[in-house]
Amino acid sequence: MTGFQDIPLWIAVPVALFLLLGSTLSMLGAFGLMRLKSFYDRLHAPTLATSWGTAGIVLASILLTSWLQGRLVLHDLVIALFVMLTTPVTLMLLGRAALNRDRAEGAPLPPAMPAGEDPPAP
Amino acid sequence: MSRLVPHPWLSLGLICLWLLLTAPTPGYLILGMAIALIAGRALAPLEPQALRLRHPGAILKLAGIVTVDIVRSNAAVSWLILTNGRSDHRRSGFVHIQLRARKPETLAILALIVTATPGTAWLEHDPESGVMLLHVFDLIDEAEWQDTIRNRYEALLLEIFE
Repeated sequence: MTGFQDIPLWIAVPVALFLLLGSTLSMLGAFGLMRLKSFYDRLHAPTLATSWGTAGIVLASILLTSWLQGRLVLHDLVIALFVMLTTPVTLMLLGRAALNRDRAEGAPLPPAMPAGEDPPAP
Repeated sequence: MSRLVPHPWLSLGLICLWLLLTAPTPGYLILGMAIALIAGRALAPLEPQALRLRHPGAILKLAGIVTVDIVRSNAAVSWLILTNGRSDHRRSGFVHIQLRARKPETLAILALIVTATPGTAWLEHDPESGVMLLHVFDLIDEAEWQDTIRNRYEALLLEIFE
């Protein structure tokens, strides 16, 4: 690869750390998705990958490309932005589908919406 | 002003996005401004109410709080997955939360925050009663979560948007 051998240590170390952080979190998310028992628990695992998993990899990429091109390269931020904006849509879709299924089957777990009662105003 | 630029925040966001994706040169800036203005005009008949933001201090405060919370809950959820949820002690569960927010943009940002924070998932919201159903990965105290969502996030969002 061109120029990779010239990268100074002070830029290589943070890049490697961010990359490791991001990929570790993404892997943990995938691992959790596989291991966790209930569907609702499994919803939480991939959010590791979509929050700091993505952020770590994006930060590493920004640092490295900015250094290699000699100017501030920020367009990776758009990836993080769109991942953040689109995750809730999928997550809610999956969650509500599961809720509907469980309610139709009469499962005891997800309680129905109470008609605007309790939590007292602060 | 409002006739020509019906959605100033949208147009500004589009210009920033355009410059990020291309290059920050004057030519692209002019092209981006043209696109942003046309997009703003196109949205106006669909969504006549322009977004109003207040209290820039609250926006910064919320951004700071959310960043810290995302880092903290990333660590917490990773640890729970690695240790297999402290064997059998972890209990996940549903929490009903009565929200005061009514505007769609407030609810959208709140949903973004809740989803981006690992360990909490926004499942459902009833627009009539304003009750939201939250699923919490490591549920210890329901009242604590109601307090967190309502006072830590929603209060600031209400200040900003409503």
